[in-house]
Amino acid sequence: MDLLVDLFNDYTLRTVALGAALLGISSGALGGFALLRRQSLLGDAISHAALPGIALAFLLTGSKSPLVLVLGAGVVGWFGSVLIAALTRRTPITYDTSLGILLSVFFGFGLVLLTFIQRMPNANQAGLDSFLFGQAAALMQRDIMVIVGIGSVVLLITVLFWKEFKLISFDPDVAQTLGFPVRALEHLLTALLVAAIVIGLQTVGVVLMSAMIIAPAAAARQWTDRLGVMIVLAAIIGAVSGVGGAVSSSLVPNLPTGPIIVVVASIIVLISLLFALRRGFVFRKVREWKSGRALRVDAVLVDLYTLASQHETAGYPHSERVLNVMSTMSGTARRTLKLLETLELARPIDAERWALTSEGEERARRVIDRQFGGRS
Amino acid sequence: MSASIEIQLIAVTVAVACALPGVYLVLRQLAMMSDAISHAILPGIVIAFFLTEDLGSPLLIVGAALAGVLTVALVEVLRKTGLLKEDAAIGIVFPALFSVGVILIARYAGDVHLDVDAVLLGELAFAPFDRLVVGILDIPKSLAVMGVILILNVVFITLFYKELKLATFDKALAASLGFAPAVIHYALMGLVSVTAVGAFDAVGSILVVALMVAPPAAAYMLTDRLRTMLVLSAALGIVSALSGYWMARMLDASIAGSMATMAGVVFGIVLAFAPDRGLVSMARRQSRQRRAFARDMLLIHLYHHEGLPEARRECREGHLQEHLQWDPEFASTAVKTALKQDLMISQEGFLSLTESGRQHAQHALVHI
Amino acid sequence: MTSSDQNGQDWAVDVRDLTVAYREKPVLWDVDLQVPDGVLMAIVGPNGAGKTTLIKAILELVPSAAGSVLIHGQTYQKDRSRIAYVPQRGSVDWDFPTNVLDVVTMGMYGSLGWFRRPGSKERERALKALAEVGMESFADRQISQLSGGQQQRVFLARALVQDADVFLMDEPFQGVDATTERAIVDLLRSLRKRGKTVIVVHHDLQTVPEYFDQVLLLNVRRIAAGPVEEVFTEDNLRATYGGRVAFVSAVLARRDD
Repeated sequence: MDLLVDLFNDYTLRTVALGAALLGISSGALGGFALLRRQSLLGDAISHAALPGIALAFLLTGSKSPLVLVLGAGVVGWFGSVLIAALTRRTPITYDTSLGILLSVFFGFGLVLLTFIQRMPNANQAGLDSFLFGQAAALMQRDIMVIVGIGSVVLLITVLFWKEFKLISFDPDVAQTLGFPVRALEHLLTALLVAAIVIGLQTVGVVLMSAMIIAPAAAARQWTDRLGVMIVLAAIIGAVSGVGGAVSSSLVPNLPTGPIIVVVASIIVLISLLFALRRGFVFRKVREWKSGRALRVDAVLVDLYTLASQHETAGYPHSERVLNVMSTMSGTARRTLKLLETLELARPIDAERWALTSEGEERARRVIDRQFGGRS
Repeated sequence: MSASIEIQLIAVTVAVACALPGVYLVLRQLAMMSDAISHAILPGIVIAFFLTEDLGSPLLIVGAALAGVLTVALVEVLRKTGLLKEDAAIGIVFPALFSVGVILIARYAGDVHLDVDAVLLGELAFAPFDRLVVGILDIPKSLAVMGVILILNVVFITLFYKELKLATFDKALAASLGFAPAVIHYALMGLVSVTAVGAFDAVGSILVVALMVAPPAAAYMLTDRLRTMLVLSAALGIVSALSGYWMARMLDASIAGSMATMAGVVFGIVLAFAPDRGLVSMARRQSRQRRAFARDMLLIHLYHHEGLPEARRECREGHLQEHLQWDPEFASTAVKTALKQDLMISQEGFLSLTESGRQHAQHALVHI
Repeated sequence: MTSSDQNGQDWAVDVRDLTVAYREKPVLWDVDLQVPDGVLMAIVGPNGAGKTTLIKAILELVPSAAGSVLIHGQTYQKDRSRIAYVPQRGSVDWDFPTNVLDVVTMGMYGSLGWFRRPGSKERERALKALAEVGMESFADRQISQLSGGQQQRVFLARALVQDADVFLMDEPFQGVDATTERAIVDLLRSLRKRGKTVIVVHHDLQTVPEYFDQVLLLNVRRIAAGPVEEVFTEDNLRATYGGRVAFVSAVLARRDD
């Protein structure tokens, strides 16, 4: 409760939370497309590649205005993404190698520029190195303005081109035969991704911004099979991780913002992988176990029914040993028979022998119909 | 030994130690695993440090190697669930592990020499101050550590050269011959982790990626042979390291950053000027082949329509532009080439094959 | 070259001197192909013969080094809506988060134009197309839960909603169940009845005479093309498949049964 009150009263905290929420929304949404287009690691390369852009923008203008720095990061980040595409398309260098070279070389060059700036006389460079791991506590109103401005443009364009982006993500070839300029749309989508990344750099940092692209999208994917729902969910998860991380880092001393945001997002991914309805690991195991159990029940029921049909009444009892031999799950008949008893499909006659109840008989007949009836 | 020479020695050792396993990463399209591992080993180091409370303990390297292998295993587990693609799995695992490491350092180890910037960026300039003295031997500790790791890499690659090669180029064959590709895979990743942790201290995690990926990628532009590629990668790594060092000296900037930058520059130069696969020679060959290809196409076109009723229409110079959709300049080059080589003759714009042109067309048809 | 001099005729698909090269290695050499209206044509040939490339080159998905393609006398760029393309099933990620109806609706995105969203009219058309391939009850099904044959039928439905005159299909019969195979054959025949032209990359030589009117035998070059009964001969098959003579004879023997 205190935290909520703080959130509304504390100016810094409110600013930080708002900024983190907005960048979480745009990176989550654009990350959804990156994930589906198998470009999860492109975000990693772009955010690292943006570092020299920040340094260059400062060197050229002498300004630390957030808009200038973000623009510098954006231009260089976008240039990096173009280089990656060109390397992959026009040379024997593979995609992953292009990513690795681009991210490390650009980042290294960024470091050279940063250290160069640090050693310049009279340069007020303080704050530039907070771009490495992010510093939410240092966010100011003008930073938020930049995040809001760019973030809403990114989201607006995504909504406008929704149908086109969906189509080129699913089937670019058919998109082209339908008359869409696929290459241009792909460049636009990458440019939006770059924009979503660079507005997060000051909060999350270049090193970990990539996680803000992938993690919310990967978590959201587990909960839904609809693209629209997935993108909205990813945006929400991005916002939640952003706010959770940024707020806790401004409250707890010595807690860098980027890493804590990433930890929150990763926990959400883990929960989603385990517990998501339908796709989640736990539900899948339960379903597998249930369908396995249903199969065993049906098998033993049918066996009992087949045996009994050789006598006048379906309720004629048979020994467990025979069932063990017959059943496809040989050796497990006892366990299944116990289950049949609780389901009131069969009942024990004595220690050894079992017979179908009328309900069990009914179900066995249905199973047999289903298995053989369709084909005759 | 002066500090400058010692730093250069360390840089060279790191460059070679990284380039060797890097060759296999690049060939197996696992370049981004170097990024993942070099970040993800951090919590391993930190936890080992908490246990030993000694930054010089060899257990730190063990911890890092374990964290590296854990990364590989986690990625594999996530991928196998079918819920995430491999690249997404990598992109989720390593930032998470790295973040845990950074938070542990920031919260609990802020006052020791293990600080976040050093982890990421390294500072080679300080390496000579931390010394190892054994008897008369007095060398920087990181030189000793990297030397041992380099020897380890060389020994591993020499011993398992055949297995690595097979597992890299033909997984199925390797498995059928009884080598376990998975074991080789994990061993290689363990090696990458150990190398990363050694290099990490001196040059930081990002430079590890630059030295593991860029020199092998450049070497790949120069050769097809694995053995040559290993040697070339090491050589290009050395060039990047030394030129990077001197660039840093001149600009008074980060040594690690300069080395990464130079690794990129070296890669760029090789990419442009490699004799066979380089961009320049590829462009040159393409334009030459395009001309030959156009000439062959022209001859085959004439050959196909020779003696048929539509030949008078099909076999005109004007028709080529109109129907083959060649631009006029390209069509006239093809015609000129063919005429000059006496493969066809032109009579008032009507083109017909000479005997050698006919043979050439038949030959081209068979050999496509 | 039976009919390439019939200038007056308005071919459904008219391919002239088409040549395609990947990195200077030719994949298609100087291919001519004229397909009349209202026929079902199979493209057959060994692996690497350039069958898929031919389709993609007609659709300008791969650049051609030379040659021209006219669809009903017009270039493809002028009127893309006249061709519908059914790519190979494996060309997309079936784990994409969307459902059957949505995929089929995508076929109408081109005619919707920029920014407009599909509405109830599009929904109806999509459902109708699904009914035509026997998939109407799957409209809300997530696409990852479809069998191979069902996936194929969804792709066909997506092509149907495009209201095209010419259909290019890349191996629609590849790895599908018997029900789907039947459904596709019925669909092909109903398309022919409506005067549509369908060109199909096909692998199963045995069913060529049963399913198709015309056939193109392709192996980088055009070996032969025309009505099945004229062109689908032992000599032509041998010329197409080269050394694998035993395989060709087996096919022909079964055909003669």
